[in-house]
Parts: sequence; structure tokens; C-alpha cells
Amino acid sequence: MPPIIEIDHLSKQYAGGTRALDNVSLSIEQGEILALLGPNGAGKTTLISIICGLVVPTGGTVRVGGHDIRTDWRAARKLIGLVPQEIALEPFETVANSVRFTRGLYGEGPDEAYLEQLLRSLALWDKRDAPTRALSGGMKRRVLIAKALSHRPKVLFLDEPTAGVDVHLRREMWTVVSELRASGVTIILTTHYLEEAEEMADRIGVIDKGHLMLVRPTAELMGEFGRKQLTVELDAPLDALPQGWADRGITLSPDGRRLDYDYDARAERTGIGRLLADLNAQGIGVRDVATQQSSLEEVFMSLLENGGEARR
Amino acid sequence: MNWQSVSMIYRHEMARFFRTIWQSLASPVLSTVLYFVVFGAAIGGRIESVEGISYAAFIVPGLMMLTVLQQSVSNASFGIYFPKFSGTIYEYLVAPTGWAEVTLGFVGAAASKAILIAAIILVTSFFFVGVHIVHPLWMLAFLTLTATAFALLGFVIGLWAKNFEQLQIVPMMVITPLVFLGGAFYSASMLPPFWEQVAKLNPVLYLVSGFRWSFFGLADVPVGVSLVAVGLMIVVLLAVIRRIFVTGWRLRD
Repeated sequence: MPPIIEIDHLSKQYAGGTRALDNVSLSIEQGEILALLGPNGAGKTTLISIICGLVVPTGGTVRVGGHDIRTDWRAARKLIGLVPQEIALEPFETVANSVRFTRGLYGEGPDEAYLEQLLRSLALWDKRDAPTRALSGGMKRRVLIAKALSHRPKVLFLDEPTAGVDVHLRREMWTVVSELRASGVTIILTTHYLEEAEEMADRIGVIDKGHLMLVRPTAELMGEFGRKQLTVELDAPLDALPQGWADRGITLSPDGRRLDYDYDARAERTGIGRLLADLNAQGIGVRDVATQQSSLEEVFMSLLENGGEARR
Repeated sequence: MNWQSVSMIYRHEMARFFRTIWQSLASPVLSTVLYFVVFGAAIGGRIESVEGISYAAFIVPGLMMLTVLQQSVSNASFGIYFPKFSGTIYEYLVAPTGWAEVTLGFVGAAASKAILIAAIILVTSFFFVGVHIVHPLWMLAFLTLTATAFALLGFVIGLWAKNFEQLQIVPMMVITPLVFLGGAFYSASMLPPFWEQVAKLNPVLYLVSGFRWSFFGLADVPVGVSLVAVGLMIVVLLAVIRRIFVTGWRLRD
């Protein structure tokens, strides 16, 4: 099956001289979820804005479902749905009318059965006659998703779907995305949360300063860069590490009061149980235990240090 | 052409008008009544007739034109500016909807609202003066063309405006003076020769003149010139709008 999106040497330089995208090439397969990760201003939103028609590229080409976004824009845009980063809704319009309006813009006639199915799937059916201004932030985001799906697109772009939302809503959004994937929609989302990309995406693309630094399957990337660290606070300081522990990746802090253990969270045996058992066997008292994952910044640092290259 | 989207934009804009129908209608009707009281009764008492027509009847086409111009411009400019302001403009830009469909939807709705209000003003005027329309079909044609031309102008203003102040400044500083100086309340022939020539530089004079001709068969300028003026205005404004959408000026980055 040919890729649903083919991006070839795409560049964008704004009038002020800012180079937001630099020679980006990428293929996205039908039915996959691709997360574009990067800090603010990395070029994520510019990339999806170009594909959706909001930003005019200064170089390169994009094809959606085989249709060039500039020369065959009507056919290309019919395949796309966009959920923008900012909540933008007409405040006095009802939920149902707002979705009907978007469907009409895509040249589709009314389909009340699909509208009901869509609103029910997003838990908005009970609010169908409510003006959008009366909805909570989470519901407004779901209305934006309903609007983006109103014409049954093959590709859905979610621009920072969980930016500024609480943990509950973030989980809710992840559930919505998994349900959409189950229905066969290709999803491209931007985020700066590594955890979010890990939770939802099949592949992760990392963008920084307009460069697509890499695109890799999520499991592979997390295995390589997403290592976790176990920190053990000790009751009493140790003079030195017991013999052989250093070979297992365990280090002792200079004051002797803390052990750090780097491990692969996806490995069949993480070694944590063995470490705790060894501590117990040697009579080393434990005051506290904590784990932490590599942050996005650390992943970037690691990529930069390795001179990351864009790989399809 | 995506007719479904044209229809959706048109109905969406008209629904906004009907949601606030009484506010939309009360203001122009009240203004018209006041104009009739002030110009028709107070001043009209001192001006018996203009070219054989009672002054109160003479100002009816001008009053309708004044309202059509103001309503066309304000409805169209607000119609396209509001999505820019609220951020929902992205919907129009990412949909498979071209400049022609968006323009037709917004401008068609703005012109329809203006024509509807003009019709109500005409009906209101029947309560004050007896008005006989000599060329009713030409009256409708002038009304539609003028409403369309100025809705297009309003659409350009809405695309250009970056804030509400800019949205209001052109109608307030340009449109209203042009209408008042365009013969809404007098015939250009009533002016001294020099000022009559100056008045003929005002494009609104041609619209009011043509419209008044359709009512009374009297015109300050030849009717053909009025038609060419309004037609030219429509063509130029369509070209400007197309250019704005193609380049993405103030719409796309």
C-alpha cells in the first residue's frame, strides 16, 4: 500500500528570514499514528500547517493520498481533518450545527445518522444542542475533533491535543485517539510530551530547529533513548559499592548515601528485583526508592550529541 | 465549484442575521423614520419639490441606497473578520473550498441582508410618502448590483482589517461621507457647476443616480454610465479578493 502522505524536501522560510522547516522528507503509512516531537518553535506546527493548507511552503512537495497539496489541493484537502492547537469555535453556535457546518465546507451533504454516531462516540450527543461557549475545555476539544472528522477524513492532524489540559483529560484524549486508530484513520499528532508520544504513537519523529532529526518506531526509540533510572536512598552511607555491582550499571554517589541504577524498562528482567534482594541480603537499609525517565530534553541532548540524522 | 460549501456559508451567515433579527431591523427602520421626520418633514417643508418630485419622495432612493451601502459593507466586513478574530478562519482555509466559494457565501449573505433591509425601508416609506417606481426591474437590478459591489468592498475591508478599529474606520471615514456627498438627499444639478463636477468624481453618485432613475426616470448621469461604474467596481473588487486568497495575504503565513 502506498504511503498516505509523502513529504519531499519541504522547506519554509518566513518573510522575516526565520527558517521554520529545512529540507524535511518523510513518508507516513496509512493507518499509523505518527507523533512529531519537539520543543516550542521546532517546526512541528509549521509542518502540519503546510500539509493542511494554512502555510505556503517555500520549497519541496507534499502529496496526500497521491494528490499534490498545491496543484490538486481540493482532492488532497478532502482527505484531511485538522484539530488545531488553539480552541477556536463560534461561541453562539450549537455543537451539532458547528459539526454540520464543517461537513458542508467539505462539500458533503447532511448525514444525520453519521452525525449522531460521531457525537455519541465522542460523548457529545447529550450536548448537541448546547452552544459551544457553554462547554468545558475538554468538551470543546472533542467538538474540534468531531468537526475534523465530520467529512470522514483518511488523515487526522492533532496539533498539541493535550497542551494545557489536566491529567484526566489527557487520558481521555488518548482513549479517543486509540479508538480513531481502530477505525483506520491515520493520525499525525504533535506534542512535546515524550510520555504522550510513547503512549499513542507507532512511530516518533523528532524535530528541532526545522530539521527532522529522526523518525523511528516508538519501541525502538524508547529503547534507545528512553531509559529509566532507579534511585535508592540509603539509611547509612556506604564506603564503597559491593563487588560486581558497578558492572551491572550501579553507581554510588560521592557521599555514599545514594545508589543510581540505569535500566531498560522494556527488558524482560529489569534487574530491580535482584538489586533490592541484594540490598536486603547485605543488610543495607533503604530509606526511599524513586524512578525517573529520560526527559525530552535529555533525548534531544542525546540526539544532538550523536549528530542525529533524518531517517525515514 | 463546491456549491455545498457556498450554501453552507450563506446559510450560516443568514442564520446569524436571523438570530438577532429585531436588532438587525430595528436600527435601520428607526433611522429611516428619523430621516423622514428630519429631511422629509422639517427640510422638505421648505423644499417643495426637486425636478417635479416631492422632496420626501425624492429622498427615498437615497435613503435606501445609504442603508444598502452601510449594511452591505458592515455585514460583509464583520462576516469575514469575525472568523479571523475568533480563529475559526482556519476552517475555511483547510477545507476544499476556494476563494470563489468563500466570497460567494459571505458576499451573497451580506448583500441579501442589505436588500432585505432596503425592502423594509421601502415599505416603511410608504407610510410617509406616495412612491411610484417607474422601472421596478431596473430598481431590483441596481439594488442587487450595488449591494453586491459594496458587500465585496466590505469583504476586502474584513480581510484587510487587523482589529475592530480598522474594521470600522473605512465605513465611518469613507463610505458615510461618500454617501452623503453622493446625492442621497439632493440632486447633483442643485449644486453650483464647479461642485457638480467635483461630485461626479464620487462613485456613489453614479449608484444613487441610477437607482433614482429606476424610481422616477430622472438621473444626474446617464444610466449606462451608472451600470458601467457598478460593474467595474464589482470586477475590480473580485480581482482584489482573488489576489488576496491566492497570495494568502493576511490569511495564510
